[in-house]
Amino acid sequence: MDISPARISVPTEAKKGDIIAIKTLFRHPMETGYRVDRYGKPIPRRIVKRFSVTYAGDVVFAMDFTQGVAANPFIAFHAVAVETGEIVFVWEDDQGKIVTERRTLTVAR
Amino acid sequence: MLSRRDVIIAACALGSLTVRPGRAHATPEFLEKAIQDITKGAPVKDGKVRLTIPALAENGQSVYTTVAVESPMTKADHVRAIHILSEKNPIAHLLSWHLGPRAGIAKVSTNIRLAASQQVTALAEMSDGTFWRDRRDIVVTVAACIDGG
Repeated sequence: MDISPARISVPTEAKKGDIIAIKTLFRHPMETGYRVDRYGKPIPRRIVKRFSVTYAGDVVFAMDFTQGVAANPFIAFHAVAVETGEIVFVWEDDQGKIVTERRTLTVAR
Repeated sequence: MLSRRDVIIAACALGSLTVRPGRAHATPEFLEKAIQDITKGAPVKDGKVRLTIPALAENGQSVYTTVAVESPMTKADHVRAIHILSEKNPIAHLLSWHLGPRAGIAKVSTNIRLAASQQVTALAEMSDGTFWRDRRDIVVTVAACIDGG
């Protein structure tokens, strides 16, 4: 099995109403499409197009990319702990490759 | 003795020789158009948004960028989206973050690429349809080597 290109930092527990910090790092070349290889042949563009995070039935965060985002995109954002459940992270690149990661957040009352 | 810096400069110079014709940098006019495409002509006010980038970036390939927007982030009053725009990159509209009341606070960070020293714009779109922005100047020592620096 492949090692996941995604690394995620998210708490496993929180109190209801807490704002939790989430950080993600995704291994991806984010090839701009502007570069040429050593033979002068253009290197085709290959970038992550969209990243979205679903938690407790709602998309809580999403991002649209261009080649203006650095390679191996790092993203830090926040979410409110509302209920115990899965946080689902999805990265989709422009070749249609989709990577999905899940983390469970336990919310105490 | 060939230093690392020499190699990088040479690599950038080589890039400029092999650049394909017809690709232009964004200009302040492109930036204005990109803002228009987002706002659909709505006025943009200064304030509420805080864009944090270094004043000097040694490497334009990865510039740590944080945007925070003053907002209670409730159902009735929240930040809908934050956009980052450039006046000198090949593409003016670098990225969009989509937020909502479930985000709790409107503060997001990521690494962007910058092709040259320039002014970076952060544009926030609120749930009431208003737009707010912050702009910061940045000096980029080694530009993202995308078309020869």
